[in-house]
Amino acid sequence: MANVLVVAEHLDGKLRKVTLPTITFASQAAALTGGEVHVLVLGNGVDAVAGEVAKYGVSKVHYANSPVFENYLAETYAPAVVKAAQAIGATVVAAPSSTTGKDLLPRVAARLDAGMVSDAIAVFDDGGIKFRRPLWAGNVLTTVEVVTPVKVVTVRTTDFEAPAEGDAASVEAFDAGVTAADNAEFVSFDQVKSERPELTDAAVVVAGGRGLKSGENFQMIMDLADTLGGAVGASRAAVDSGYAPNDWQIGQTGKVVAPDLYFAVAISGAIQHLAGMKGSKTIVAINKDADAPIFQVADFGLVGDAFEIVPALTEKLKSIV
Amino acid sequence: MKILTTVKRVTDPDMKVKIKPDQTGVVTDGVEYKMNSFDEYGVEEAIKLKEAHGGEIVVVSVGPSAATKEIRTAMAMGADRGILVETDEDLDSDAVARVLAEVIRRESPDIVVMGKQAVDSDRNQTGQILASYLDYPQATFAYSLEVADGWATVGREVDGGTATKRVKLPAIITADLRLNEPRYASLPGIMKAKRKPLETLTPSDLGVDTANKVNVLLFEAPEEREAGEIVEDIDTLIDRLKNKAKVL
Repeated sequence: MANVLVVAEHLDGKLRKVTLPTITFASQAAALTGGEVHVLVLGNGVDAVAGEVAKYGVSKVHYANSPVFENYLAETYAPAVVKAAQAIGATVVAAPSSTTGKDLLPRVAARLDAGMVSDAIAVFDDGGIKFRRPLWAGNVLTTVEVVTPVKVVTVRTTDFEAPAEGDAASVEAFDAGVTAADNAEFVSFDQVKSERPELTDAAVVVAGGRGLKSGENFQMIMDLADTLGGAVGASRAAVDSGYAPNDWQIGQTGKVVAPDLYFAVAISGAIQHLAGMKGSKTIVAINKDADAPIFQVADFGLVGDAFEIVPALTEKLKSIV
Repeated sequence: MKILTTVKRVTDPDMKVKIKPDQTGVVTDGVEYKMNSFDEYGVEEAIKLKEAHGGEIVVVSVGPSAATKEIRTAMAMGADRGILVETDEDLDSDAVARVLAEVIRRESPDIVVMGKQAVDSDRNQTGQILASYLDYPQATFAYSLEVADGWATVGREVDGGTATKRVKLPAIITADLRLNEPRYASLPGIMKAKRKPLETLTPSDLGVDTANKVNVLLFEAPEEREAGEIVEDIDTLIDRLKNKAKVL
């Protein structure tokens, strides 16, 4: 039984979309290990989530309802995932490379005495199962092997498609046998109530740089983003200058984004920044400096004053989109 | 309060990484090294904890002898003493966590504050694996930290918002952006750091087998993006986005 276990994510009683590409990764891994794809859903009242995930071409879904799992805590989820992995004979344990996956799976790996791969972008057979993953914020790609019998993997979900819906797999209750942690407590989750999508999964991102000269001038970045239903980002230089909040930072030490369409406005294109956005499908650069390095990676460049171009572009796009 | 913090020596993130022709690693000749950016937040937070609660800061690095430079930098910022676990091997996160676990068992700190990930290997695993080996609770991606009555209350950067978690000390905290503004080492700080104690150990002194569980077999450059088209005006740009890139 060389099965693959996927740890599902859910929010407000619904399956989180990041679980679906993870299932695709798991199916590819299972084809190499000769096993089945099983899914684990932990929570309190997650029967519906279990039923939903069962439709995506998996072999079996295991779910555990418990007040202990009401809110995510690595300290209670890790032992449950370990128990499920052992029960189904998993040789690969996978989760999305989300903040939950990144928090949880290393703890699972340690308990399974397993090597772990972060941010896998491919799984393939090359004299045994191998993984590809980015380093240096995507400036280098590596091929890695895990020498332990069990391999733990977080999956960069933007690199895998979602599977098609099909017949529902069987759904079974799972007794995780986990008691409440005495050394960790969930206090709160404050969901950002924004009309804008999240930076890391937005289809369109509009980012501004130091060339915008002030925080107030970021308003035109927000207007363009809102016109396109996109997220707002900033270069490290703009964040360091205090023009934009820290959590907008795109780059090696900020967020790594890969939208369909990326606007770099008044951003020169330092390596730091390029590392965070060059995986975008289409890049547009708007900068008054024709020699700015950003034009070396942009699909379309417009040389000129952002203060004139961006508001005019926003106006024209309003009548189109 | 005894605070343990960690620093990793990494290539300067503002420099372009070059891959060796035989694809076994990256070119290190003539490359500048720095303290991992996220570790700077960890060191700064350790100093803030000491300023608020008193105590001692121990800074630990697992790496080559040259990493004494990053340890001295942390001591110049305000750490009290350093430990280098010297190795020239490229260890995976699990091996680093096993080494750090032994150091922590010897030092018994009240709290461990470290960067959430290194900007070279980008794995984001060591803190969590370490917490598991020590059976400590963990609070990763911290943007705020308060310590009182033997517990830490940690604001965490998570997908879709922020979360708050309380962990009983000793615990592992990993630093994210926004946690603080790392200070620069002052000149007197740098002078003082030269006289602060720095102990050098090896993994075998600690009884740790550093065999990796994950091996990197091949390094490759991602497909380079090519410079595209410079368009004349907004109308041309919109036309290209609609008809060529088909993203509008």
